[in-house]
Amino acid sequence: MNTVFTYSLLRFSSTFTFFLFSERQEKTLLSLKKAWKMFTGVLPQFVAILLFVGFALAVLSPETIRRLIGEETGFIGMLLASLVGAVSLVPVMIAFPIVAELLENGAGIIQMAVFVSTLTTVGLITIPIETKYLGKKVAILRNMLSFAFSFITAYLMGVFLK
Amino acid sequence: MKTAIKKYWFLFVMVLCNLIIWTYDPEIGKTALAFSGKNFINFRFILTPVFICIGLMDVWVEREKMIRIMGANSGVKGITVAILSGTITAVPIYVLLPVAGVLLKKGCRISNVVLFLCTSASIRIPLLLFEISSLGISFTLMRFCLNLFAVFAIAFIIEGLLSDKDRKEIYGNAEKL
Repeated sequence: MNTVFTYSLLRFSSTFTFFLFSERQEKTLLSLKKAWKMFTGVLPQFVAILLFVGFALAVLSPETIRRLIGEETGFIGMLLASLVGAVSLVPVMIAFPIVAELLENGAGIIQMAVFVSTLTTVGLITIPIETKYLGKKVAILRNMLSFAFSFITAYLMGVFLK
Repeated sequence: MKTAIKKYWFLFVMVLCNLIIWTYDPEIGKTALAFSGKNFINFRFILTPVFICIGLMDVWVEREKMIRIMGANSGVKGITVAILSGTITAVPIYVLLPVAGVLLKKGCRISNVVLFLCTSASIRIPLLLFEISSLGISFTLMRFCLNLFAVFAIAFIIEGLLSDKDRKEIYGNAEKL
């Protein structure tokens, strides 16, 4: 599903670029130049993030993740799950099956909901990039509030889904 | 050299981590690098169109038009546009941060930019079917509805907490991109 999205985006942007190029060459070249400049500007940070993801995936096996947030219940497990979610950058395509497996093995819904929410919305590792684009205050507030709301939504999910 | 380290400290730390694990256990080091390489190829596919779109948007979309669509006085229309464009994108949040930067540069309202970022992180329509198939429909629907509420709350709390000085700083910062 992710690849379908990527390919359609790729197709869309390339046809659009070609269309614009035939209309206004200079302006399109300028936008490509700007795109390249912005890309090289964040490239080091992206490479660092990719290295981190590779590192984390290699060191933290699904077994380890299960040990960390699978067996515990209650608030400690929730806290641990949220911290793991906040620092890790596992793609959701990998995370959802892991979460499904953990749920089957008896992990609590609240812990898993907190894990999914913090995983997707909170990014401790990406705060430097976020600060660059949104400013320090918005970046920190957004991550802190997302962290807090992950707990609230997870708690409500636990209440309603039981 | 010192400024380079300060600027790219995260990269240095990660390279160091990989080197350490490589000397400690070459097997894990190899796996880590293989994961990173695979991700890098995947991300080039996502990043190329995203950055091309950012470049095009930066040059072609007029500031006035963007302000009308998602600016300070865009109201419900701006919110709708922000949420819709957020929910149809299914890329990790850090890929969308440069997009958010350009939106700010074009004069978008801060709450709309945060709405766009947060919806794209937590409510992703292309991934809903995938989530349903692995976690079940009730889990997915519950998460969807609660997140919609949370995203609004986060966006408006952040905007409420910003002073005029903060706002100026954010827009000035975006101008330099």
